[in-house]
Amino acid sequence: MFSYILRRLAATIPVMLVVAILVFLMLRLTPADPAAIIAGDNANAEQVAEIRKRLGLDQPILTQFVIWISKLAQGDMGESFFFKKQVVELISDRLEPTLSLAILTIVLAAAIAIPLGVFAAYRQGSWLDRIVMGFSVLGFSVPVFVIGYLLIYVFAIQLNWFPVQGYQRLSQGFGGWLQRLILPAITLSVIYVALIARMTRTSVLEVMNEDYIRTARAKGQTEFKVLVRHALANAAVPIVTVVGLGIALLIGGVVVTESVYTIPGLGRLTVDAVLARDYPTIQAVILLFSLVYVVINLAVDLTYTIFDPRIRY
Amino acid sequence: MTTDVANAPAEEAPAPRRKASAIRGALRNPSVIIGGVIVLLIALLSIAAPRLGTIDPAEINPAFRNKKPGAERTIRNDDGTQSKYEHRFGTDSLGRDVYSRVIYGGRVSLIIGVTVAALSIAIGLIIGMIAGYIRWLDGPIMRVMDGLMAIPAILLAMGVVSLSRAGLMAVVIAILIPEVPRVVRLVRAIVLSIREEPYVEAAITLGTPTPVLLFRHVLPNTIAPLIVQATFICASAILVEAILSFLGIGIPPDVPTWGNIMAEGRSLFRVYPHNILYPGIFLALAVLAINMLGDGLRDTLDPRFAKRV
Repeated sequence: MFSYILRRLAATIPVMLVVAILVFLMLRLTPADPAAIIAGDNANAEQVAEIRKRLGLDQPILTQFVIWISKLAQGDMGESFFFKKQVVELISDRLEPTLSLAILTIVLAAAIAIPLGVFAAYRQGSWLDRIVMGFSVLGFSVPVFVIGYLLIYVFAIQLNWFPVQGYQRLSQGFGGWLQRLILPAITLSVIYVALIARMTRTSVLEVMNEDYIRTARAKGQTEFKVLVRHALANAAVPIVTVVGLGIALLIGGVVVTESVYTIPGLGRLTVDAVLARDYPTIQAVILLFSLVYVVINLAVDLTYTIFDPRIRY
Repeated sequence: MTTDVANAPAEEAPAPRRKASAIRGALRNPSVIIGGVIVLLIALLSIAAPRLGTIDPAEINPAFRNKKPGAERTIRNDDGTQSKYEHRFGTDSLGRDVYSRVIYGGRVSLIIGVTVAALSIAIGLIIGMIAGYIRWLDGPIMRVMDGLMAIPAILLAMGVVSLSRAGLMAVVIAILIPEVPRVVRLVRAIVLSIREEPYVEAAITLGTPTPVLLFRHVLPNTIAPLIVQATFICASAILVEAILSFLGIGIPPDVPTWGNIMAEGRSLFRVYPHNILYPGIFLALAVLAINMLGDGLRDTLDPRFAKRV
């Protein structure tokens, strides 16, 4: 097991290295000169040259990459062109809202989608099954921001149940934090629910005809226990896999949802950075999100042994 | 599943009959029919946009801003006569007619969807065949693809958009790049399985040159899964374009696209929700229809390769 973890960790290094190279090359492909952007409009040629030297932009490209990546390894992501702050600081300021939203969404989505998927499989062909399947196609198609504005319109403006937009830090009270995050989390979870429910249904359907399900029923097990302990437990591996893969959708959705609900998180930071052509910040955010995506999927792979003891590494 | 003619292994029936029955099967599939009809309707609406009682979607009218749906305006024609124009979907904060903008917006969305689908399939097909057939290039190509796929699609698109001035071409390229690796993987997997087939081995033995081999024996096997993949790419491209435009980093804001109309309506959403509602309905309907078409085509044409996510 331990050697497997090491091997898997080692296998993510080339992927992340490729991501790092792509992200690094991004800055080289820009039509604009980063040194000129930092210097501002009023700088003369000498000042620009001085900044270029300070950033190491006068070095050969391979040297630049080595310097950049070794700084990155020490947690130095450079200075933001636009915010005039260290990118690391910028990111750590924005981490809490995004993390709160993401965790709440994953919990909510799993809590809704898995029971729905199991029931749809259990009553295959019933009206509930059809609704779940129809919803999952719909969930893939309705854009996140349309869902977001629809929910704001109904629940915040018409019914006045929730505040319209904004975010409150967890340290300022749990109630206010949760109240402002419920609508964004529901918005973001729609596509995720669609994905997980569909996969749960498919993989539970696959095991429902197995002999051990019949045996469990024959020995007088209640239907609930048959579904949870035998069917769902055996169908778990594809479900956790899709939860992991869905993180990519979730990250895309975070960017949009934070803009709709004006949540000052990493997604909002990404949009602002792209609008301002703030390349160090864009690079850092892309690297960070990709790392999160890759690491979560590695972690998901490692949980297979918990869900299915037959899998041994 | 196995009773479906289209799903039967290739060697059981002669190729032309199999193809014909697969197409007939697809045309009988309810989600292909419903999805296809809606897609056709939206395409017709966009093509016929100038004839559908629209006015110039870019025309700004400061005196007629933020009108609710159904508001009427008197238009003075060139010959001096007057006629009434009803703003069916209301007007936006610059006084532009939302109905005209939504109908014309379909053009941009569909053009982007189809262009991205066609280009990513073409590029992915070439790279995928190279990776699948030229063994020493397989490793390097697939590592780059893995790297690209490790970056969440919307972030990658946003990164690419930030590299150039906003414009149709930049947006198409930005949406295209995250889609290509998925096509490459699919094509490579097909090539790897096809090259072990007896008829390919026979062709190699007969001394068929590699380009001919790829074109005549490998390419036909990729058509069905790629058609399915193309519909999914088309749907996701339309969505991503709308997202980028909505965030203000896509197509320039004066061009009527569904995402731009919604972006414009954001600030006054509380009072005038129609600016978000109408384009949102069209966008969701278009993407839903294309996804349904893709689901149906996958079930009938190609159950083996095309998988989502």
